[in-house]
Amino acid sequence: MAFVIGGLICVIGQLLMDLTPLTPAHVLVLFVVSGAILSGMGLYQPLVELAGAGATVPLPGFGHSLVSGTLEDIGKYGFWGIFSGALRATATGLSAAIAFGFIMAVLFNPKG
Amino acid sequence: MTIKEKEKQNYQERFNQVKPKPPIFKNIIWAFIIGGLICTLGQYIQDYFVSIGFSKKDAGGPTSAVLIFLGAFFTGLGVYDELGRLAGAGSIVPITGFANSIVAPAMEWKREGYVFGVGAKMFTIAGPVIVYGTVTAMLVGFIRWLMG
Repeated sequence: MAFVIGGLICVIGQLLMDLTPLTPAHVLVLFVVSGAILSGMGLYQPLVELAGAGATVPLPGFGHSLVSGTLEDIGKYGFWGIFSGALRATATGLSAAIAFGFIMAVLFNPKG
Repeated sequence: MTIKEKEKQNYQERFNQVKPKPPIFKNIIWAFIIGGLICTLGQYIQDYFVSIGFSKKDAGGPTSAVLIFLGAFFTGLGVYDELGRLAGAGSIVPITGFANSIVAPAMEWKREGYVFGVGAKMFTIAGPVIVYGTVTAMLVGFIRWLMG
């Protein structure tokens, strides 16, 4: 199921790129925001139950993590959870992206 | 309609005829296959973390970290962008593509130095993604907090 749902989410991205003037950057922003909104309406978690990594690995899953962390922290700390939840829930991924991104960019040079 | 406008219209029609169209069907198939495979790999990694004692939810973080490492590493080797030529959104939409969007411009702009080159260009695409994602999540959280 991870294969099918993950593949389908990528197909939506491909259609947006081929049929609209949206660039890959626009598609990524759109996907994160869509994932966050769907998550806020309670619609993304069922997809995660169904597809596992097929729903969490594509970028809408990042939006979902941001929102579910926020809602979790609001449950714990009330209002101030709005400020802590999103980045707490995504800390591992963001730190990894910053650190590995930096290291690889320093170590390697572009081809050609 | 003046002659000039007519010429312009003819030109536009001609342009639309000869402009290369993306091979949409082929692109979709490759996006589906490569995107699906990357998610399947993610599922295997997540299952591994669950098997060593992480809860399903807590396994998400380390799984992302491993995928991000792979995306960043293969971008450094120049392999990921080769894959991207075939896979299109199949390599852009998964979290490995997020890592690719960080390493590729940072590497490209290294000659601008480590502050304005590597440090700043890392976030050419990742920056907007993080900004709009975080603001949306906070807004959603605020609305849900108001609703109680």
